[in-house]
Amino acid sequence: MADGTVPPPFEEEDQQKDDDDLFADSKEVPDQSNGQSNAEPSTNVDLNAESELEKDDDIFGGQGSEVALDSEEEVEEKKTVPSAPVAAAVATAPPAQPIIEAPNLLQAEKPLINVSQSSTSSSKGSSAAKNSHDEIEVEEEQDEYTIDIRVTDPHKVGDGMSAYIAYKVLTRTTIPAFRKAELMVVRRFSDFLGLHDRLAEKHVHLGVVVPAAPEKSVLGMTKVKMSKEESGSAEFIEKRRSALERYLCRTAQHPILKNDQDFREFLEKDELPRATSTSALSGAGMLRLFHKVGDAMEKITFKMDESDEWFEDKQIQVEALDTQLRKLHTSVEILAMHRKDLSQSTAVFAKSAAMLGNIEEHTGLSRALSQLAETEEKIEQLHKDQSDQDFFTMAELIKEYISLIASVKGVFHERVKSYKTWKEAEITLAKKRENKTKLELQHKTDKIQQAQQEIAEWAGKVETGQSDFNKISENVRKEVARFEKHRVVDFKNHVIQYLEALMDNQQKLIKYWEAFLPEAKAIV
Amino acid sequence: MMDGIDDSPDLLAEDNIKSRSDTVDLTDTSLLVDISDALSERDKVKFTVHTKTTLLQRFKQAEFSVVRQHEEFIWLHDRYVENSEYAGIIIPPAPPKPDFEASREKLQRLGDGEGTMTREEFAKMKQELEAEYLATFKKTVAMHEVFLQRLAAHPLLKTDVNFEVFLEFDSDLSVRGKNKKEKIGGFFKTITKTADEALLAQQKDVDEFFESEKQFLVEYHNKIKDATAKADKMTRAHKCVADTYIQISSSLVQLATIENTELDKIFTKVAEALEKARKLEGRVATDEDLKLSDTLRYYMRDSAAGKDLLYRRSRSLADYENANKALEKARTKNKDVQQAEKVQQQCCEKFDKISDTAKKELSEFKTRRIAYFKKNLVEVTELELKHATAQIQLLKNCIAALKKDS
Repeated sequence: MADGTVPPPFEEEDQQKDDDDLFADSKEVPDQSNGQSNAEPSTNVDLNAESELEKDDDIFGGQGSEVALDSEEEVEEKKTVPSAPVAAAVATAPPAQPIIEAPNLLQAEKPLINVSQSSTSSSKGSSAAKNSHDEIEVEEEQDEYTIDIRVTDPHKVGDGMSAYIAYKVLTRTTIPAFRKAELMVVRRFSDFLGLHDRLAEKHVHLGVVVPAAPEKSVLGMTKVKMSKEESGSAEFIEKRRSALERYLCRTAQHPILKNDQDFREFLEKDELPRATSTSALSGAGMLRLFHKVGDAMEKITFKMDESDEWFEDKQIQVEALDTQLRKLHTSVEILAMHRKDLSQSTAVFAKSAAMLGNIEEHTGLSRALSQLAETEEKIEQLHKDQSDQDFFTMAELIKEYISLIASVKGVFHERVKSYKTWKEAEITLAKKRENKTKLELQHKTDKIQQAQQEIAEWAGKVETGQSDFNKISENVRKEVARFEKHRVVDFKNHVIQYLEALMDNQQKLIKYWEAFLPEAKAIV
Repeated sequence: MMDGIDDSPDLLAEDNIKSRSDTVDLTDTSLLVDISDALSERDKVKFTVHTKTTLLQRFKQAEFSVVRQHEEFIWLHDRYVENSEYAGIIIPPAPPKPDFEASREKLQRLGDGEGTMTREEFAKMKQELEAEYLATFKKTVAMHEVFLQRLAAHPLLKTDVNFEVFLEFDSDLSVRGKNKKEKIGGFFKTITKTADEALLAQQKDVDEFFESEKQFLVEYHNKIKDATAKADKMTRAHKCVADTYIQISSSLVQLATIENTELDKIFTKVAEALEKARKLEGRVATDEDLKLSDTLRYYMRDSAAGKDLLYRRSRSLADYENANKALEKARTKNKDVQQAEKVQQQCCEKFDKISDTAKKELSEFKTRRIAYFKKNLVEVTELELKHATAQIQLLKNCIAALKKDS
């Protein structure tokens, strides 16, 4: 039972708590853990409650009851921190703040704020500080949490045609919704595709730009399945691994997607149900194909009456960007290929020069030729590295953006669909109204009531249609702005990285040639 | 920045002068030959051979010019090769036929693909191809020139009557290209020659110097032929890389025009940088080609000429030995002894003469080769360093400009 040392708000809440059975449970919690906290007495209860929360592993289960706590108490429990000073600040804060949030908001926040076992104290501390500033901004708190994902250790599992590559997915995060701060799971490619499909299902129709998953590759996978050792398709595997890593990181950057439950489960659940619906030949695959075709037809037949210039301009821009990026991508791939050729022919030349040096009778020249061969060998490695740079820094980035743009275009299309639904509802409503008037003229009173009902129904649909449309338009605007922002940052960083790599290579080139020069001059 | 990236023609001209002075002895200025002009027509090149001489007993004027085509150079070379007087000398290798096929093909392909690229891109690629064409042109001029100059500087070869005719005769030498019969004849001759060579290669030479020279030259020629081919492939690949920059650069420019964010400045800057980098990479490829590949190529031909010399010597040695045998036979039969003796004497003299000159020629060959390689290796390294430094500077500036904007 809360002591007399408990600050007033608690007492207020006591009354409210009485109404709810659940409150009783939570009350017991502070009682039980009374002796465990080593914070100041004034915050004893809060801390105890907090530490109780901390001990509870199951975020959603055991603490379900505590959610129903009155918002203030929840807030206090949230905000209290093992470190005493902060807790003190918090304890004094609540009385001043009528931070009563709607329970459902709490539900939403709970996943964020609820405890994870380790090192979240700093974030909590800052969130506590924030609290004392009279605000709980969900957005800001989310930005403070970091999440870092790596995809490593591709290894072949199984044999023959049923073989596949499994990857380790390592996550380091401070987001409290996750069970632990460091997670490790093993996933295969179809799992990634399954994740993407679920995210797309949930979010695309709301106007969210969901990052595209890496593409399937029949050729690549067949090579993997066929080759005895893993080195046979090492390049393909490496490309895929880095693409998967980038995919997860990009998804994790998105404010909405990173808190998605499916995403979280993907990162932390040990066993995921096999995503069989991602296979092209499955039933779901066929369905997807049908939908795609249907969509394509829709796009051709329905012409939206665009009232907002912004959308029209953006769409044109996105199309142009798409074309240009594709062109650029081809050129960069060609560059990487040519550089690889250069690397190979340099290697061949180096060997030939070495042989020439061996046979040259003049010792000085012979030595110089051998040195030349060695220099060219080093340069060959240089060219190969640069070619890899060409590919991984630039070509892959551009490819990612091309698929992102496809997602953006998809989102535009969703908006058009939403508009269509709305307008169709309006048409139907008008028809129903006409129908009613007709019935009234014909004095078919029995049918009139039904007609009335239908009108009401459709009027409702029109309203929802419009609000949905506005919502999705709003979302699309936000998403596109976000896309643009990230695009600028991404491209800029990658371009600088690429140029710096180029510069690095030139410097190495200088080093090699400078080492060779005295040899050449020493020929007597 | 642009200074270092000036047009290739000047650089090539510079090289010509340098290479001349190394392969040719300029101390004797009684006969100076150069190619003052060249004209490229449909499928042939017309060289203007310009001579300046003090040997007025042989030549009518002190200074004069004639126009010659490639076939006439080959004719001249053949005359030297067939002359037994020069059997002991390394005949300067004939210049290769001017080959603009590759360039013309590329130009053709570019014309075909004109529709698929922007005007700027097309202009740039055309410019690049024209520069390539010009470079090939300059190279063939240089090869022909070096050939003549080596002849003019060689104390014995310069006195040849055919050389005089080549330099002076005003009109066409009527050296038609070999007709079919002659081509076939030439083909058979090559076969017998190769068979002979193989046979004579077995011939163990008593003289150690020549034995080792022969072994060396044969192997050297093979290896250097291989190295030349590989070097060519490498420089071609390098050129490909440089050319790809053009497409990327123009794509970036187009991206920049449709950009509405600050990326447009970034893309423009990078496009500029890549454009300059391309020119530098192109220079690297050209320089490698000129200094490295061409050196290897020239000495591939020269070592072939050296091999020919040794072959001739072996031939004359075989003749000498045959004459000896014939003499012995004649002596035993006591028939035509005097005749046999005369033949044997001639063969002996011929053989000795060849051997003497050959020795000198081969040592000169070695010295020449080493000096030439050294010079070109040093030059190619210095040029690589120069271009790499320029690229670093260029990239540094670009990166700094990009970072500053952020």
